Amino acid sequence: MGIISRGFSGRSREQNPELPPGQFLTEDFPVLSAGPTPRIDTDEWEFTISTEDGTVHRWSWADLMALPVEEVATDIHCVTRWSKLGTSWRGVSLDTLFAGIDTKYGYTMAHSYGGYTTNVPLADLLGGKAWIAFEFDGQPLDPEHGGPARLLIPHLYFWKSAKWVRGIQMHKGDDPGFWEQNGYNIYGDPWLEQRYS
Amino acid sequence: MNHVDGNVLAGPLSELFSVDMTLATGRCVGCGDESVLARAMVYESGTDLVVRCSHCDDVMMTLVHTPGDLRIELRGIGMLKVPL
Amino acid sequence: MTALAPTSVWKVGVVASVHTETPTGRSIMIDVPGWGGNLAGQHLDLRLTAPDGYQAVRSYSIASASSGDRVELAVDRLPDGEVSPYLVDELQPGDELELRGPLGGWFVWRPEQTEPVQLIGGGSGIVPLMAMARAHAASGSTARFRLLYSVRTPEDVFFKDELMAFASSAIEITWVYTRATPAGWATPAGRVSRDILTSSTIPANENPAVFVCGPTGFVETVADLLVELGHPAASVKTERFGGK
Repeated sequence: MGIISRGFSGRSREQNPELPPGQFLTEDFPVLSAGPTPRIDTDEWEFTISTEDGTVHRWSWADLMALPVEEVATDIHCVTRWSKLGTSWRGVSLDTLFAGIDTKYGYTMAHSYGGYTTNVPLADLLGGKAWIAFEFDGQPLDPEHGGPARLLIPHLYFWKSAKWVRGIQMHKGDDPGFWEQNGYNIYGDPWLEQRYS
Repeated sequence: MNHVDGNVLAGPLSELFSVDMTLATGRCVGCGDESVLARAMVYESGTDLVVRCSHCDDVMMTLVHTPGDLRIELRGIGMLKVPL
Repeated sequence: MTALAPTSVWKVGVVASVHTETPTGRSIMIDVPGWGGNLAGQHLDLRLTAPDGYQAVRSYSIASASSGDRVELAVDRLPDGEVSPYLVDELQPGDELELRGPLGGWFVWRPEQTEPVQLIGGGSGIVPLMAMARAHAASGSTARFRLLYSVRTPEDVFFKDELMAFASSAIEITWVYTRATPAGWATPAGRVSRDILTSSTIPANENPAVFVCGPTGFVETVADLLVELGHPAASVKTERFGGK
């Protein structure tokens, strides 16, 4: 540990029993990224779910907008230690998208425009736990925060909520995505502080 | 637009290498480009770094700082040439 | 070009003095026992530790280029920054700072270089270019130096007095004001453009070494224009500060 810097406290941080271990509360919404921000027009946007038999289910932006939309009020936790409580989103539940999908596989890989990937067990996408979110705080989701649409999986560390999501591929096993291959935890439960592998 | 140049790698890589790695040349596995690491594009995610080829944007290297260790993924670099 | 000495050890420096440069910026003199000097253009990593153990590390370009144990930094306060507000508003002489460096052998000018040099800085991007200008003056180098310095308003100029002294002696300086100009200024406020670069920088056919430093957006715009104007990409070295 370094010498204490007189008068330095960093971003406003509170230890708060509502927060997972090691997290600090923030009022900001930091932008962290592994690469350049893709610019995707909703005219060209497409979301797919691909199953093990090669079937590809597709939704255009219009298709997505025609589905039931949910208001989501939730807390989000980033592996870099900031947490944001009571964030509000609007999106389509993965339960809605997976209704009518036939698969025997239990794992998924989310793919994003720009090449980012992250793996999520199917059970963590279903049961009211995950959305394709396109609005944050009452506004269309900003590209730097993952717009036009991102995955939203608040019960896991936020690197699992893939920005610029373009599709989900069914996987037989829990194959690691980008950060998982680079040292992050394969699952990422903030309450068990599963940051690294 | 908040990425920076590979110059910022000098400090973090000095924890592992005793030479200035920003002067090392890395060959991008994706496109074959050979440039000094100082010219790579670096995306900062907290204390974790993603180093991308300035020509094709493919990931060349990542650095992840955990409490116990420094993890360096080098699979995007075909060959590192370090001037001595 | 040989690689530099091991620099991964954190050294402790003591703030010797602070000086207000602009409404949001400050220069800071730090005494670092064992520093041993640095080349013009190098940077250091600075580490702050809060009482609860939280740490923040940031890279800062060094404004000085001497062989001694004193370094000068210049910092601009970012609106949503975590470290810069502390350095600009809180830090006092006598405070200790942890520093790692000097770092980086790429974005460097050495007095042995004889080709013309074009420096292009945006805002606090002037810092490593200042080190180069100082090294140029101290070494008695006769290499031609030009500087293009882009700021929002005349109040946002770092090292104003020293730059004015350079302007009347060894360095041709072009000032670009993007939001507000000095009274009576012939050119309206505006960003660095292809035309400005054409008229105010050393042309490509004189084969200058070009150093561009500042916010990422500024550096990318300028670097792209320089290549359009015929400068080989290999001759243009950049130091992006992040931000917009």
